[in-house]
Amino acid sequence: MAQIFQPFDPDRLVQIVSAHADLEGPLLPVLHAVQASFGFVPGEAVPIIAGALNLTRAEVHGVVSFYHDFRSEPAGAHVLRLCRAEACQAAGGDALAGHVERSLGVAIGGTTADGAVTLEAVYCLGLCASGPAAMLDGQPLARLDPDRLDAVIDGLAR
Amino acid sequence: MSGRVFVPGDAAAVAVGADAVAAALCAEAARLGRAVEIVRNGSRGAFALETLVEVETAEGRIGYGPVEAADVTGLVAAGLFDGGEHPKRLGRPEALPFFARQTRLTFARCGIIDPQSMADYRARGGGKGLERALSLGRAGVVDAIARSGLRGRGGAGFPAAIKWKTVADAGDGPKYVVANADEGDSGTFADRMLMEGDPFLLIEGMAIAGFAVGAAKGFVYIRSEYPHAVAAMRRAAETAAREGLIGPDAPHPFDLEIRVGAGAYVCGEETALLDSLEGRRGQVRPKPPLPAHKGLFGRPTVVNNVLTLAAAAHILADGAEAYAALGHGRSRGTMPIQLAGNITNGGLFEAPFGLTLGELVDDIGGGPFTGKPARAVQVGGPLGAYFPRSLFDTPFDYEAFAARDGLIGHGGVVVFDETVDMARQARFALEFCAIESCGKCTPCRLGAVRGVETIDAIRAGRERQANLTLLADLCETLKFGSLCALGGFTPYPVMSAVKHFPGDFDATPKTPAEEAS
Repeated sequence: MAQIFQPFDPDRLVQIVSAHADLEGPLLPVLHAVQASFGFVPGEAVPIIAGALNLTRAEVHGVVSFYHDFRSEPAGAHVLRLCRAEACQAAGGDALAGHVERSLGVAIGGTTADGAVTLEAVYCLGLCASGPAAMLDGQPLARLDPDRLDAVIDGLAR
Repeated sequence: MSGRVFVPGDAAAVAVGADAVAAALCAEAARLGRAVEIVRNGSRGAFALETLVEVETAEGRIGYGPVEAADVTGLVAAGLFDGGEHPKRLGRPEALPFFARQTRLTFARCGIIDPQSMADYRARGGGKGLERALSLGRAGVVDAIARSGLRGRGGAGFPAAIKWKTVADAGDGPKYVVANADEGDSGTFADRMLMEGDPFLLIEGMAIAGFAVGAAKGFVYIRSEYPHAVAAMRRAAETAAREGLIGPDAPHPFDLEIRVGAGAYVCGEETALLDSLEGRRGQVRPKPPLPAHKGLFGRPTVVNNVLTLAAAAHILADGAEAYAALGHGRSRGTMPIQLAGNITNGGLFEAPFGLTLGELVDDIGGGPFTGKPARAVQVGGPLGAYFPRSLFDTPFDYEAFAARDGLIGHGGVVVFDETVDMARQARFALEFCAIESCGKCTPCRLGAVRGVETIDAIRAGRERQANLTLLADLCETLKFGSLCALGGFTPYPVMSAVKHFPGDFDATPKTPAEEAS
């Protein structure tokens, strides 16, 4: 299932921040909630979050840019995260990665020209005895081979 | 019959179609008009058998596996709901050699109970550790953990009791217990399995730690790559508070919050994890001060791995002496070892310390699933050394691995067959360090990048000897000059690959046959 996000809305952002304001160390939970709502952390959200949490814009930007999960741009309709760590490498992950890059026509880190699929590397999903593994829109996939992964990708609503 | 049918809800089972198997079983039961209760248990940890479906029968639980959704109609026709014969019938799972050879203490309930049922948890001894802790008193708990010999299961192997005592003695005022569930090492999944398959055990362990050190608040920091574990822990924490295991009205009032990381390997390092919890970039803090003195929000904090806290709960319940009686050398008790990568019988194997690497890989694991012999084994995650077959006699023990320039880390064992190119693996270790470096210290931030370039030069045959010397020198700098284990331990996979597989660093890698001659 493609994830549906709402367009950026400053009022909704303020609601999200206030809902987490009582937490100890609220910034990561806030950023996760922002990304869950809008699909990414828009640049214009940074000063609003900073103001609400009494942080500097630099501090918020520094956190957004530090963590691999937070996006500054929207992703494709579907996100395929392919495990590129050692256990999946040992189980044929390198060949699978090459195959997916060729079949989608996009390198890891990129989004297909039609905006349908963003292909990303992930370093371990904890499925290390069932590799190669991947996660598609949050759903885990294991014991993958080119045919099985092609079937999954072909089944996506574009 | 109670009609309970178990279909694991563990992410590794879901990843191979367990949800579809559960749906197909429901549909078949409805078609036959049978009252069947589907329980989504955790995984027992033999992943080649997933989806492992189990049914309760008069002779105990009978397993079938690996089951795919397309098998369900045939299985049900063969009498699966009554334990009927079928080529995929495995008999009693406990009797399978992979499970029969284990000593399951931390994973005693995982894969067996309904992980979200407090009644199931208590029926199998859950909650006794906390009861015993309350009767022993704070000092008594620390003493029991000391006598058990429990060492940190995250990788460093530091005695848990010393950490707890330091925090307990750190005066009054707010203190914290933090469970490190940022299990980023490739080849490891024990924390994930436990959180999905027996979450109350971790919660009980944290409540015990909170009681022992005088902390009323705990955090579980789970990596975002584990959404199933996050959901399981959130639900279990709510149940545990409602049922009085934790919460304001529990015997030891203890508030627990589940937090999610954001994709940063370095946050598995305890001080980076604390910065991340505080809402900052996950950068490593210089030590001292130790987190036990100045940890989360500057307060005394116990940071322990999931498995350490879970072990504390069953050690309190079953006795420190029984735990200490198991093991090898100074490594006491059991270790949940994770067999991963190119291996036939991959999964979770909990056993007392002391099995040799060869027994684990060849005998228990059955060697690579590709049918070729194992050539290299990386133990302890991306920062662990690669071991060749000639070191397969190394016993699984903190000191024995250290003596051979390796580490057991969090217990991950990643097997590679003879097609592996070890120069490429060494390059990946440095590349990974460069991707995940927090950037705070120079050796790690710059050294990792220079290391990748140096290996590229070696592989291209440019001044091979001089560059190998440079690489060794660079690794020395990383090892002794980095702030934390990311930079400090990256030399382990790199230099072990150079030392044990020198032929792979030639401009044209030799085949294994050439290497042997």
